[in-house]
Amino acid sequence: MIEMPEPDESVIAKRAALAAQLRAVLPDEQVIDTAEELKAYECDALNSYRQPPMLVVLPDTTEQVAKIVKLCAAAGAPIVPRGSGTSLAGGSLPTADAVVLGLSRMNDVLEVDTENRVIRVETGITNLAVSANIAHEGFFYAPDPSSQLACAIGGNIAMNSGGAHCLKYGVTTNNLLGVKMVMADGEIVEIGGAHLDAGGYDLLGLICGSEGQFGIVTEATLKILPLAEGARPILFGFDTNEVAGEAVAAIIKAGLSPVALEFMDKPAITVSENFAKAGYPLDVEALLICEVEGSEEEIDEQLTRIEAVVAPFKPSTVKRSANDIESAKIWAGRKAAFGAIGQLADYICLDGCVPLSELASVLSETARLAEKYDLKVANVFHAGDGNLHPLIMYEANDPNSARKAEELGADLLRLCVEKDGCLTGEHGVGIEKRELMLTQFNERELRQQMAVKDAFDAGWMFNPAKVFPLELIETRDAA
Amino acid sequence: MLTPDSEADVAAAIRDAVVSKTPLELTAGGTRRALGRPVQAAQTLSLSGLTDVTLYEPGELTLVVQAGMTIAALNKLLDAENQQLTFEPPDYRALLASTGEPTIGGAIAVAASGPRRLRAGAARDALLGVRYVNGQGEVLRSGGRVMKNVTGYDLPKLMCGAYGTLGAITEIGLKVIPKVEVVKTLAVLGLDDAQAVAAMSAALKTPTDISAAAHVSQSVSKELGLTDAVTLLRVEGFETQAAYRITVLQNALSAFGAVEEIESDPWPAIRDVMMFAGDDRAMWRLSVKPTDAPGLVAALQTQIECEAFYDWGGGLIWLACDEGADAQEPIVRAALNDVGGHATLMRASDTVRAAVPVFQPEPKPIAALSERIRAEFDPAGILNPGRMRG
Repeated sequence: MIEMPEPDESVIAKRAALAAQLRAVLPDEQVIDTAEELKAYECDALNSYRQPPMLVVLPDTTEQVAKIVKLCAAAGAPIVPRGSGTSLAGGSLPTADAVVLGLSRMNDVLEVDTENRVIRVETGITNLAVSANIAHEGFFYAPDPSSQLACAIGGNIAMNSGGAHCLKYGVTTNNLLGVKMVMADGEIVEIGGAHLDAGGYDLLGLICGSEGQFGIVTEATLKILPLAEGARPILFGFDTNEVAGEAVAAIIKAGLSPVALEFMDKPAITVSENFAKAGYPLDVEALLICEVEGSEEEIDEQLTRIEAVVAPFKPSTVKRSANDIESAKIWAGRKAAFGAIGQLADYICLDGCVPLSELASVLSETARLAEKYDLKVANVFHAGDGNLHPLIMYEANDPNSARKAEELGADLLRLCVEKDGCLTGEHGVGIEKRELMLTQFNERELRQQMAVKDAFDAGWMFNPAKVFPLELIETRDAA
Repeated sequence: MLTPDSEADVAAAIRDAVVSKTPLELTAGGTRRALGRPVQAAQTLSLSGLTDVTLYEPGELTLVVQAGMTIAALNKLLDAENQQLTFEPPDYRALLASTGEPTIGGAIAVAASGPRRLRAGAARDALLGVRYVNGQGEVLRSGGRVMKNVTGYDLPKLMCGAYGTLGAITEIGLKVIPKVEVVKTLAVLGLDDAQAVAAMSAALKTPTDISAAAHVSQSVSKELGLTDAVTLLRVEGFETQAAYRITVLQNALSAFGAVEEIESDPWPAIRDVMMFAGDDRAMWRLSVKPTDAPGLVAALQTQIECEAFYDWGGGLIWLACDEGADAQEPIVRAALNDVGGHATLMRASDTVRAAVPVFQPEPKPIAALSERIRAEFDPAGILNPGRMRG
């Protein structure tokens, strides 16, 4: 189990006074302090960890956020920023002495500028709503985490979120041009903007992926792109994971730039097919779904080339979508995978990343470790960039099963690091991988990162007990 | 000059410098030393001895090399696998009248991105990881070699464009891309600056994956062998795809005039700012919202004598003006502040670069934050002191 720090009772003692001060800044109902309502903020999508916060505030403006930050600083209350609470890493798990700052009311589109290919939004807006707001202009916002219906841009910035289409268009940091942010002293700053490449240190690049620990990002300027004329996938089935992994590398090397290249292993195929009836072959060990985009002719030529590149790997199934109905069917199984597995069991969704050349060996080692722990693991992931998402199925009501699942998860992430990969490709560290950070970095490397945190937030008031091992955080002044 | 040939020796040299309180100027090829403010350092530490290829996996589009590797050697390596860098780093030798060989470490340290930045991202976007030695002589890693990595803070981005003031970069992990089969350039002649930016915006609204878009005004187009202003779009893809994209663009731009394919390759000249090479004017690099660019240049032209051309669809302005005592800094910055963005003085004498802010002045809280960050990496202030701020 992951420990959380002891709450500061002296802060909790000021709860009523702080609530009153916050109500001078916000309408009454936007300061939440009843046990019943606080419970709604006790966890995010890593819901095996729960802790109601001391208070929740739901501001409407950046100026209110600045006032909240100052009041909380004066009270010594840490702030846990929260977008939509979809973090799988416990990125917005509160501590008992913390104020959760929810961005859900700050969800306006402030400016759409198709001439300059940017959109400016408040960060409580959901990822999908950004694209929905510009679709009629023929544009979209590229990063597409699978939680995009719910997840907020603020959370995407905090975790530098990715998605299936990042293979071609990059992750959040590659599509973020500017932010408005409230710093630890309540100062409001703007970094970057509708122009490219701000001067000075790349603070924008640093803020993206800082897991809400550097400041409260209230507005974002995002790059938008013209929508492709169309897109269609091709599905391949393979007899072994190894060969499927080799086919992935061949497609990437051939420079065919698919927009998505998704991998499903046998357990994932079986569960998804039973659930979604997508027409997946059940006699294969691995499936690849490869999507390309462009005009009809461009799509056809790209799919033909991809088929030719994959042919030497002797796929046992090749299904090329000829129209939108067939495309939807091919995607149906992939999109249903998480839900289908969720119907069968509780699961932990991991997020390691490995070099493509290690895909097959990591998958076979995953199967071996799963057997050792006597747990089922399904793999559904973004193969083009080596971003694995092993889904460990377990029984949440059985403490022994839950403990084993966590241990297996840690073993699998250590495996990713051993293979020259990393602990997290797109979900973030949060609390989930905090204690594993020393497998990836040495202590001096982590201390240097913590020094950057010091520069932004000397009191460590933003999003406490995340990212770094608790012991390092608690001994930071001694170092 | 110290020229260590291993990372451990770089670290030892920096530790020695800390002990002896000797400020160090970091360099490698030395071709970009005239960027930023002049450094006052007793000793020079060259990374040019670090030239190894740590790892190259063409099937993973992944390259890890030491910082002193020359861009020329790196391109040769990539050429053999029909791959290329994503960000098309410029070569500033002609512009800055420098000699030597540009290195990848230098390109990353100054965040040098060329025309392809528009489509494929800047130098920082290609960075997968770095190894560096901080100002205390500690060898540290951040990021890695995999394509997606959010494990800990994104320090590689911080190191990129820090001009060696936070650490000596020793090793660089990069995402590379395959070369495309067909690269074509379309040209529209005779547009004024405002029309040109509108044309580029119209082109960039089409899903044609344009990899570069530039406008070279009439006054400087002779460098491209032209007598008229030219608006340029680079189209890529496989044969039929490129042909299709050209048709789409010709339709989208029909209101702006004839859109013709040209045979010559203007992009190296645009990348390396050859229009302003070999003269003694001061040169500014302005990063703005594309639609603000023509108005900004027009406003400046009413106040000072200057010439300009545009890259990145109008978002990047290269502007040359008389150097005078201050490279026209107050006028350039005042005009820029009217629209927002940032201005960097890319070429001027040491005297002028010591006298005026080379980089865009930061608001107080941001400047203070940057100072705190620097102090956390280089508490003794011995790495490239003065390069980014006084």
